[in-house]
Amino acid sequence: MKFSYSWLKEHLEPNASFEEIVERLSLIGLEVEGVEDKAKALSAFVVGEILTASKHPNADKLQVCSVSIGAGEPIQVVCGAPNARAGLKTVFAAPGTVIPTNGMQLKIGKIRDVESRGMLCSARELGLSEEHDGIMELPVDAPAGAPFAEVIGLDDPVVEIAVTPNRADCLGVSGVARDLAAAGLGELMNPRIKPVEGAFPSPVSVRLDFGDTPSLCPAFALRVIRGVKNGPSPQWMQDKLRAIGLRPINALVDITNFMTFDRNRPLHVFDAKKVTGELVVRRAKAGETLLALDGKTYTLDDTMCVIADDKGVESLAGVMGGEESGCDDATVDVVVESALWEPINIAQTGRKLGLNSDARFRFERGIDPAFTLPGLDLATHLILDICGGEPSEVVLAGAIPDTTRTIAFPLSEVKRLTGLDASEQEIRDVLTALGFGLSGAAPVLEVVPPSWRGDIEGKADLVEEVVRILGLERVPATELPRGEDARKPILTPLQRRSRKARRGLAARGLVEAVTWSFVSHKEAELFGGGAPAIALSNPIAAELSDMRPSLLPGLIRAAQANADRGFADTALFEVGQTFAGDKPTDQSQCASGIRRGTAKPFGAGRHWSGTAGAVDVFDAKADALAALAACNAPVANLQVTADAPSWYHPGRSGSLRLGSNAMAHFGEIHPAVLEALDVKGPVVGFEIVLDKIPEPKAKPTKVKPQIDLSAFQPVTRDFAFLVERTVSAADILKVAQGVDKKLITSVGVFDLYEGKGIDEAKKSVAVEVTLQPRERTLTDKEIEDVAAKIVAEVTKKTGATLRA
Amino acid sequence: MSDPVNSTLDTLEQELSAAINGAADEAALEQVRISALGKKGQVSELLKSLGGMSPEERKVQGPAINGLRDRVQTLLATRKDALKSAALEARLATERVDVTLPMRETPAETGRVHPIAQVTEELVAIFADMGFSVAEGPDIEDDFHNFTALNFPPGHPAREMHDTFFLPPDETGGRKVLRTHTSPVQVRTMLSKKPPIRVICPGRTYRCDSDQTHTPMFHQVEGLVIDKGAHLGHLKWILEEFCKAFFEVEGVKMRFRPSFFPFTEPSMEVDIQCDRSRPGEIRFGEGNDWLEILGCGMVHPNVLRNCGLDPDEYQGFAWGMGIDRIAMLKYGMSDLRAFFEADVRWLSHYGFRPLDFPTLAGGLSA
Repeated sequence: MKFSYSWLKEHLEPNASFEEIVERLSLIGLEVEGVEDKAKALSAFVVGEILTASKHPNADKLQVCSVSIGAGEPIQVVCGAPNARAGLKTVFAAPGTVIPTNGMQLKIGKIRDVESRGMLCSARELGLSEEHDGIMELPVDAPAGAPFAEVIGLDDPVVEIAVTPNRADCLGVSGVARDLAAAGLGELMNPRIKPVEGAFPSPVSVRLDFGDTPSLCPAFALRVIRGVKNGPSPQWMQDKLRAIGLRPINALVDITNFMTFDRNRPLHVFDAKKVTGELVVRRAKAGETLLALDGKTYTLDDTMCVIADDKGVESLAGVMGGEESGCDDATVDVVVESALWEPINIAQTGRKLGLNSDARFRFERGIDPAFTLPGLDLATHLILDICGGEPSEVVLAGAIPDTTRTIAFPLSEVKRLTGLDASEQEIRDVLTALGFGLSGAAPVLEVVPPSWRGDIEGKADLVEEVVRILGLERVPATELPRGEDARKPILTPLQRRSRKARRGLAARGLVEAVTWSFVSHKEAELFGGGAPAIALSNPIAAELSDMRPSLLPGLIRAAQANADRGFADTALFEVGQTFAGDKPTDQSQCASGIRRGTAKPFGAGRHWSGTAGAVDVFDAKADALAALAACNAPVANLQVTADAPSWYHPGRSGSLRLGSNAMAHFGEIHPAVLEALDVKGPVVGFEIVLDKIPEPKAKPTKVKPQIDLSAFQPVTRDFAFLVERTVSAADILKVAQGVDKKLITSVGVFDLYEGKGIDEAKKSVAVEVTLQPRERTLTDKEIEDVAAKIVAEVTKKTGATLRA
Repeated sequence: MSDPVNSTLDTLEQELSAAINGAADEAALEQVRISALGKKGQVSELLKSLGGMSPEERKVQGPAINGLRDRVQTLLATRKDALKSAALEARLATERVDVTLPMRETPAETGRVHPIAQVTEELVAIFADMGFSVAEGPDIEDDFHNFTALNFPPGHPAREMHDTFFLPPDETGGRKVLRTHTSPVQVRTMLSKKPPIRVICPGRTYRCDSDQTHTPMFHQVEGLVIDKGAHLGHLKWILEEFCKAFFEVEGVKMRFRPSFFPFTEPSMEVDIQCDRSRPGEIRFGEGNDWLEILGCGMVHPNVLRNCGLDPDEYQGFAWGMGIDRIAMLKYGMSDLRAFFEADVRWLSHYGFRPLDFPTLAGGLSA
């Protein structure tokens, strides 16, 4: 919402400076988005009086002028304008001035050997109009040397404010003035609008016809003014409209625009001669069309409200008039309409048609119903003053709704909700100045909101009115005691896990990314998603259409994007949500990561100390285990199974699980998936569902079990087993460990061999077993007995043979 | 006349001394030792000969021969030490490496935590200290939690300002939405927990809008306090404390401007004092400029009622701000879109080291 300062001053007699008003506007809730001050931009241009103008000695079309700017010697300026003449007051720019329209800085120069010390300007050069037939002609009484912008009334800054949706009343300058007056910045000028006496019955009648559907029009008033003379509106009105960026059209149209911005009262005028028969306000019939004033044709349906005559739709109610019945210079009899519309219906219609207008903007926010008839009268006065004519009586269909309501307002509410101590008098003054009706006495006032404040519903709204006008800066900052609770952990187990997984993964050299929660439909399908229930109805782009079933597709896409930028070896992870359906329980918190190229944990690419190889399934497994360990998952008890979802390489992937609870998957990404995504591998990845990690038994402080530090040296023995390739290493380790759970403290694989020298179907697994004696040193015999048992058990349970 | 025996000892000592000092390595030295002090060594033989001497002769020869043995032993030990250290010197001289060779960076140095995660942890640290806990809710919300309970009447223009992402209608005809703000978590909290309530709700939010300063997904943090006497003054204090802690300044001027949100009444937007006079840099806690950082207000009585609370008994306040936005303000990123592009150059530059935990005790961004 824009207004010029002079426009505001027609409603407010300020007792403060313009700057104070601008600052205060924001502080009372009318946020200033900008102030445009043409006078400031043109301050270097002054009134110059041409004392003499003589023909240039060397050019036919140029004149040499002597220009006075008040003080000092007259200045010689060479000028090509045909209207340059002695006695003319015009606009002078001294050397050094920058011409706003072309950015050129003036210099002292010689034009055809005659020195010119400045420039006389046309309106076009100053960006004021397209006029460039000559230099500007200022009033003869303009004082030479004065800033010319002030002389011609350009010293009228324009303020743009952001009006929140609840404050429709401030979509008119008069409403802004009321708020400012209440805030003590001036006197509100609110002259009574004299009712207009109708001279004759309206020849145009109107009827509301919504059949048995809900009415979309509470009230519709009109009057005909006959014998008007339309044409350009007066300068003062054109100036105001131009100042806020509106183009003057003709007097009748300009008056409606003026009423819209001056009083937040959108009106509609149309040519009475173009109305055939009776006007009916009704729902549009499906398929009816309207050529609107914006030159576009709209196809309507029965959710929309129109004003129609016998020929068809005349205008789209509350949104835009029709081209056909519009007023032009030939209009003699004009119909002026002042109506009320259902705000929600107006909003829906505008949205459906993609049609924005100043009228729609106001009607959908709600305008003052009580001003329907006074607004019509005020517009009538303007038309009579500007265009002449004779007014008819008013025709009113429907009824002006009575919105009067009373709110019981305990004065203590202000302190209760804000902590601000405001006196009863202050509260009364604010509400009264804003137009609220007050009755009753402390401690509870009876408050009647004004008709233009449809947003005021209850006590809290009144508190807001009081504090915003008194000033939020008066509300004292008050310490909120922390409460009696001891410092206690405030994160849920899941939140704690998310944090630990994040730090754990970053510590393994992975870089955290935040990717979109939506992926393409193809990506969703490749990673086990793609359910219609979680495909967006209005995605912002086709490749962001489905809620992600996994964090992997976003990360893989990001890795490829980095590779395309020249960074092929990337290790990325994300901690975030995935979606299996549209219910809250379908959302999971996951930690996933990928490594591409040679992004090994201890460095990628070539290095003198050893060049990194391609990432492999074990990098992903190690990442997954590290993150799980960081989350305090029972890593030692996890089973590793060689099964993983379809988007992993079937032979190079696995799951980490406790029984049926598969809490993580890892592996090489399936080559076909990479190909479908147009991504070059190798890419390995893992997915951990953080919600699936079992919660440890809660104990406020955990006492750790006593440590058993043996005084005797541990002994190690090595075994190389030859087994079928299908036998998993984990089985061998498990069997070996099981031989003596107390004595054998660890079993590890220190070598793995497949290939030359051994049976093709077999592999060699070399195992180191550590024995920890506790009571005494073991004898050779005891050690040999355990070793023999290990060989026997492993051989029996896995089909292994001891390698020679 | 010279004593022939003593003259023999002198000669032997000179010979042995020359041999010891002439030994080139420990092995040669050992040979000398054997030839002198070995079982059949020259000195050993002399010592053995003492047994066959007369007591008088032994009295003279004993000390002389023993003296010779002691001196030879000392010479051997000294020479051995010299040879050992010379050998070590020689070995060390061959064992030089170029210690200026660059090392691979440790993983903990190359890994990064995203600024959004880091700033969220900073927020949690600050508000935990004021007694807040962290509440969360689903990203896919229903109309009730995202709008209706928050006092957005159907068809209200404020709803339209939210540019909502919709999911397809379900069997009941209702349409789920991607939450347009974190405020539905307020509703879920109030419906599931009795006051007093103090929570912050960080999370992802969505609006179908995309340009220089808007992304279809962004992050908000919501704060909510519900109690019997929590008022605007407390809200002011909390936000002032927050700004000082978050921006790590001694003091910061704040400007509260009345505004409108359907779920708060009174509603406000908050600007903080800043200095933008240096190009590309914003400093907080100084200067004459204002920058909007958050919206807030007293929870609307309708919202309290919708959550089963009596607005004449309970009251409270809420605020919301963009995590991405305050991260940009604090750490100087200029483009919101870059947060979600996963460009490793950006992430390595603006991300945080894994061990840089934000704590109040150690400093948030220390």
